[in-house]
Amino acid sequence: MTTLLYDGSFDGLFTAVFEVFEYRYKDVEIASRERFHQENIFAVIHEVITQPDKSERVLNKLEQNIGKEGVNKLLKVFLSEDPDLENLILSAVKQSVKHPEKNILENFADSDVLKISKICKSVDRERHRMTAFVRFEKMQDGVFFSKIDPDFNVLPLIRKHFYNRYQDQKWMIYDLRRNYGLLYDLATCDFFYPDEKIDINNYQQKFHDEEKSYQVLWQRYFTKTNIVERKNMKLHIQHVPKRYWKYLTEKW
Amino acid sequence: MNFDRLKEKLEILADAAKYDVSCSSSGSTRKNKKGALGDSSASGICHTYTEDGRCVSLLKILLTNHCIYDCAYCVSRSSNDIKRAAFTVEEVVDLTINFYRRNYIEGLFLSSGIFKNADTTMERLVRIAKKLRLEENFNGYIHLKSIPGASDDLMQEAALYADRLSVNIEIPTESGLKLLAPEKNRKDMISPMRYIQKGIVQYQDEKKILKKVPKFAPAGQSTQMIVGATNENDLQIIKVADHFYKNFNLKRVYYSGYVPVLEDQRLPSLTTEVPMLRENRLYQSDWLMRFYGFKAEEILDPNVPFLDLEVDPKLSWALRNLHQFPINLQTAEYQLILRIPGIGVKTAQKIVSARRFQILTMDHLKKLGAAVNRAKYFIDFNAGNAYLKYLTDKNFRKLLIGGSSSKFHNQFSQQLSLF
Repeated sequence: MTTLLYDGSFDGLFTAVFEVFEYRYKDVEIASRERFHQENIFAVIHEVITQPDKSERVLNKLEQNIGKEGVNKLLKVFLSEDPDLENLILSAVKQSVKHPEKNILENFADSDVLKISKICKSVDRERHRMTAFVRFEKMQDGVFFSKIDPDFNVLPLIRKHFYNRYQDQKWMIYDLRRNYGLLYDLATCDFFYPDEKIDINNYQQKFHDEEKSYQVLWQRYFTKTNIVERKNMKLHIQHVPKRYWKYLTEKW
Repeated sequence: MNFDRLKEKLEILADAAKYDVSCSSSGSTRKNKKGALGDSSASGICHTYTEDGRCVSLLKILLTNHCIYDCAYCVSRSSNDIKRAAFTVEEVVDLTINFYRRNYIEGLFLSSGIFKNADTTMERLVRIAKKLRLEENFNGYIHLKSIPGASDDLMQEAALYADRLSVNIEIPTESGLKLLAPEKNRKDMISPMRYIQKGIVQYQDEKKILKKVPKFAPAGQSTQMIVGATNENDLQIIKVADHFYKNFNLKRVYYSGYVPVLEDQRLPSLTTEVPMLRENRLYQSDWLMRFYGFKAEEILDPNVPFLDLEVDPKLSWALRNLHQFPINLQTAEYQLILRIPGIGVKTAQKIVSARRFQILTMDHLKKLGAAVNRAKYFIDFNAGNAYLKYLTDKNFRKLLIGGSSSKFHNQFSQQLSLF
């Protein structure tokens, strides 16, 4: 058994995949350095140094075989932070190299492909929920600020959505769990990585004067648009799982 | 802006608009122009859900709940003694923009009671849409209610600024409408709908020739019917829906189980339960017509004109058409696979995709997401299927129901939520 250790980056992972083929490893697993705990004492460790040209070669090949959409699915598997993500991606690449003429991601009868498809579904659902459940709060400096805590690392997947939507206001979306965010300043829309966690205590004191009013209006709207005679909390919670409530203005 | 007064108006006019079922924000693409606000995508987004489980994707309000009409089923009816209010154009625009900026909504759904007459009301609705588009550079979603009797000129303008227009036909049958809304007539409702439909067809023709044509109600039209306020049957309702889908190219027909809010001899009593399960079955039938290739006349048997409350309409169809089964998973066309109870659109697509790689088994089917407890009786695998022997069993229906229908009864029983 050979274990390839990589730096946890997307390029690093595909460099590792490249090297699996380069060195013709048969019995192999890929693990990120950070999350790796050696269990198999007989494993041989191979340290991968991230090389963008190697990862690019794998990705280009993949794009030929399974299309942009296929590569996008593997990106979602990567962002899922699933403990098995590296080996699922490796399995997909191996199958695709073996059957370049087919889109192997459509072979739902294969257990790895089915698992990839399920992960994609979960990540997509979370991505969609973040386009829905982000709540901006207007700050004194005019920036619309939002904090999120998604189950999967979906910030890269929602960048375009918010960029297209809000072009005439400054905004920021901050992932509390992963301590990074997206910032749009009317010109560019980029990720930012603060050195320390952003302090969100007492940040309500920095609200724009009108912010509280619109929050109250929204809360009143939310209450009044409900039909009491049709109350169905089971359905409600199914659509708006409780873990999102603390970030939703209407669930104050 | 007087915040307290605005809050009060919002409470009154959201409360009065909530019985309108539509909240869809899909079917329109409106790209953001550089530096402007908003972008609509085809799929739409539900930003939250009310405690009754309905989606909130739009700010759904009435412009006013003053109304000259006295329709028995409507809370805003003129004879009902309630608080009345009206928004100004500026107030609606301000609420829409500020809610949208905070990512609460996809846009605006604006309906209205009729004050003075149809055109005065319609003109006001159009003015709001126009201001949002032209002055605020707003590219979010706008759904306007077409006011029955509104003139063609105003409908033309409405279609230029709104994404979707809708007329509520309210009561499925004309006799029912006469009974509950004697001042309204079907003709006034149909005529703006017909105008928009013609406009949409014309727009699509022009678009084939010219690159740049102004958008004309790009998300199409919808309508809604109240179910259970009068004594129409499900077959009549489905036929009406089918008629609108076929002859008016409607995007959606909504069904709204009647919520008894007013005491009136012509209406079910205030203690009547909201017919949620019936409403649910109607939506399932609607789906069968729109996505599964079923014809209206296949869904219900004229001898039994009500939908089966025990089983869903697709299973009900299968039980009446056992001779069409079993269906071979490996060779049958996609359209036939869609007809297998327990297999939805996504699963059917996956099946058609996966079977090119290998022969499918029951185990695969389960993993692909089919409701195998129902599907297993209707499928022929190349390797055979032991469950097929039940297909000819006299008690087949009972056997099936035993395994699958309890969920709905719990979910839609009013009893549970009363206490």
